[in-house]
Amino acid sequence: MKDSQSPWFLFVQRFRKHTMALVGMVILVSITILVAFAPFFTTHDPMQQNLLNRFQPPSATHWLGTDDLGRDLWARILYGGRISLSVGLLAMAVSITLGSLIGLLAGYFGGWVDSVLMRTTEIFLSIPRLFVLIALGMFLRSLDLSMFQAGSFIPIALVIGLLSWMGTARMVRASTLTVREREYVQACRALGGSHRRILLRHILPNIASPIIVSATLGLSGAIISESGLSYLGFGVQLPTPTWGNMLSNTQSQITTAPWAAIFPGFMIFLVVISINYIGDGLRDALDPRHHSR
Amino acid sequence: MTTYLLRRLLQAVLTLFVVSLILFGLISVTPGGFMTVYAEKSDMTAADLARIRANLGLDDPVPIRYVKWLGNLLKGDWGRSLTSKRPVLEEIGSRLPNTLLLMSLMLICTLLVAIPLGILSAIRQYSWLDNVLTTIAFAGQSLPVFWFGLLLIIVFSVLLRGPDGKPLLPGSGMYTLGEPFSLWDRIRHLILPVTMLTFVSAAEYMRYMRSAMLDVIHEDYIRTARAKGIQEWVVIYKHALRNAIIPLVTLLSLDLPSLFAGALFTETIFAWPGIGRLYFTAALKNDYPLVMAILTIYSALIILSNLLVDLIYAMLDPRIRLS
Repeated sequence: MKDSQSPWFLFVQRFRKHTMALVGMVILVSITILVAFAPFFTTHDPMQQNLLNRFQPPSATHWLGTDDLGRDLWARILYGGRISLSVGLLAMAVSITLGSLIGLLAGYFGGWVDSVLMRTTEIFLSIPRLFVLIALGMFLRSLDLSMFQAGSFIPIALVIGLLSWMGTARMVRASTLTVREREYVQACRALGGSHRRILLRHILPNIASPIIVSATLGLSGAIISESGLSYLGFGVQLPTPTWGNMLSNTQSQITTAPWAAIFPGFMIFLVVISINYIGDGLRDALDPRHHSR
Repeated sequence: MTTYLLRRLLQAVLTLFVVSLILFGLISVTPGGFMTVYAEKSDMTAADLARIRANLGLDDPVPIRYVKWLGNLLKGDWGRSLTSKRPVLEEIGSRLPNTLLLMSLMLICTLLVAIPLGILSAIRQYSWLDNVLTTIAFAGQSLPVFWFGLLLIIVFSVLLRGPDGKPLLPGSGMYTLGEPFSLWDRIRHLILPVTMLTFVSAAEYMRYMRSAMLDVIHEDYIRTARAKGIQEWVVIYKHALRNAIIPLVTLLSLDLPSLFAGALFTETIFAWPGIGRLYFTAALKNDYPLVMAILTIYSALIILSNLLVDLIYAMLDPRIRLS
């Protein structure tokens, strides 16, 4: 029998069967390397304007062409990717931490703690997300954020994270409810384990799988949110490039420079679909009972 | 049932109250806030600005302003737009028909596309057709909507040309300016925005339809129906579909508020004069009364649709309303 194999081995074996998840993994890792080591993959400065060089189509010197201010698009995609991916990661970290914490507390303690936290979740779910993100973007734009330099991505990432934890919280609460009466939790309680110890050492590790899956979906969701907000002009402000705000002014120039509207959006799509497929693969590998296909 | 209904109704009103409090607080603490529109006009003196502040009641503390705002709201006075000076409800009312037209067409197209394809995908599970459809739906859900809109414009309004050399399909507005009304012209302007919206939402609906159908199709009563010798299409459409459609009804009810709010990206990209675009321009111009009014109505509709879903479930499942 296979009882000599570790859970990790079984997980890897199942994950490897999901072809699209593997392809997604390869694409995501390649893009991350390109973006992280941007100076090695382009000699152009992403901020360098050259008005004599506007709207150049893709060529040997400008691989993806230039934009309305003559800036190299390939360089802007590489450096912009740093911001887009960072916003995604930070927003995801915020929403997963918040969601897990709220879900754990609500599910574990029950009673009035549960009522208060779940009513709060309901209230946040009643807020029109995109519209309020725009209002918050409006608010952030009007603030003089001396602690952040202009074009900083931290405020917008925090805001996206603060408005996306509700799904995770509900899911974690439900998982906690199924785990909290298990024998090993009761054993720890009988031995005098503190709430903190029970929550962090016994419950959290046992509900980690759905949290991991929810984190991948949170990551792709946050990248989409940031790009949408920045596209509308309420996210990360120009001239700092992100994949979203690179698309902002392209519509008016779509007849002269369609490439400027194609490439940054394609990067968003590529990254998001890769992450979603990885999430799909993780779900199948972590929870063999669940089959999404 | 009545007790359950009353309790949920009370909860909904309470939720709406807290949401409006949060939204009002958020807008009130924005520096500059209401005054940005006026402060930008250079011919205003400090005394003018102070008088406007007093007139708008901005010198009161935020809680008092909230109470006043809520009181006026309940009396039907939602304030005036800072940019157009018209009452905000009038502004919203003038845009609502355009959004309703766009969004209802989108929902109809979505259901017409997603339900048959979802069923087909489920009854031919793991066939090449199912694989292609599932992949397209997966891609549709990973697509940044605004980028998809730009691609549609590149293909249908820039690259492809009609026989007269003009763009194949118009990429902005509701009708061609300066031309007499023609139904065909209206329809042509609807094609791209409706396509953009339908593709993305049909992807989601199809995945729901497929998995709901797969859940149902293995049930005993389906096997019984087949064993009785009923024709396969009757089994699918009368026995399976009726049970599989419930999750879709939920999804649809949760989408109803968007009939009001429209599709912000689509309306912005295709210059469609609906509520989504109205909200976007209001936010760009710091038109706070308008922003606040749209947010409040939208939140109320979301809470209402959540209530609707709960009630549907309570009617279908007595265990919920008794707990």
